[in-house]
Amino acid sequence: MVGLVIVSHSPKIAEGIKELALEMAQGYTQLYTAGGLEDGTIGTDAVRIMEAIVSANAGDGVVILADLGSGIISAETAIDLLEEDIDVRIADAPVVEGAIVAAVEANIGNSIDQVIQAAEAMREFHKQ
Amino acid sequence: MSSRIYNCIAGISAKIEENKDFLTELDREIGDADHGVNMARGFHAVTEKLPQDSDDIGAALKKTGMTLLSKVGGASGPLYGTAYMEAAKIAAGKNEITAEEFGEMLAAAIAGIQKRGKAVRGEKTMLDALMPAYDAYMAAIGEGKDMAAGLDAAVEAAKEGIEFTKTIRATKGRASYLGDRSIGHQDPGATSATLTLETIRDFIRS
Repeated sequence: MVGLVIVSHSPKIAEGIKELALEMAQGYTQLYTAGGLEDGTIGTDAVRIMEAIVSANAGDGVVILADLGSGIISAETAIDLLEEDIDVRIADAPVVEGAIVAAVEANIGNSIDQVIQAAEAMREFHKQ
Repeated sequence: MSSRIYNCIAGISAKIEENKDFLTELDREIGDADHGVNMARGFHAVTEKLPQDSDDIGAALKKTGMTLLSKVGGASGPLYGTAYMEAAKIAAGKNEITAEEFGEMLAAAIAGIQKRGKAVRGEKTMLDALMPAYDAYMAAIGEGKDMAAGLDAAVEAAKEGIEFTKTIRATKGRASYLGDRSIGHQDPGATSATLTLETIRDFIRS
């Protein structure tokens, strides 16, 4: 099963996205968050992201959904820090909508390619 | 007794702390007003985590880099963290650094920042201080000057690099959202990079 990691500068945003995504993907166990710094302040921490990737990995790869700015650069750093060989990809997708569809896709056992594709298709999801 | 590498890094930490409000103010003008606070938080954690008696310069720099990745919080965390970790590879197992090795460390740090930030010179970033500093350092060493004299040249070039950042538009990072309004302001990252070089120079001279 594909794992998911939600990266946000804010711990509350990361936890909130997890809560929302699991509403849609009940029973999905491979969703981990890396929100804020260890002490709860706003920011991103490459080491925490790396640990979340390792936890989320069940052997079929891990998709990262990250918010703006240092969310991406810290996620890229986290991938370089990994000591295990894990197929990790950063989705070029809006973090909330991307996470919801990625969790649904991963939960039904789809491949990492399908999960990424579904998340990235959310870039074209218009609200008006 | 604390080791030389610990004292050098503690010196950088003190310099950043001393300039925390200045760096944050620079970042308020063209960014999100957190550079000084973030860097000071990161270096405060470094001085707490770094063993004071370590003689292995590479190990100390690696620990510094890992801590910055984790504790700074903004994009300067992965950028400076990667810089220190790349420099650490050159210094692995060493308790002394030659002038040539310092040049290699600076080159490795710059390459790490470029890779991590996907940035080049002239985009109003810390590279606009570090790359001319490296060129000046290598030119001085090439003329047979020692590490301290090389660092004098590097610091001068980095300061000119800061001045240069005032004249250009930011095309990387948060400041790029401002477009032409970023002109006239010096880059906070170029400033903290110059403060770092200055502290290393003063440490070598002491």
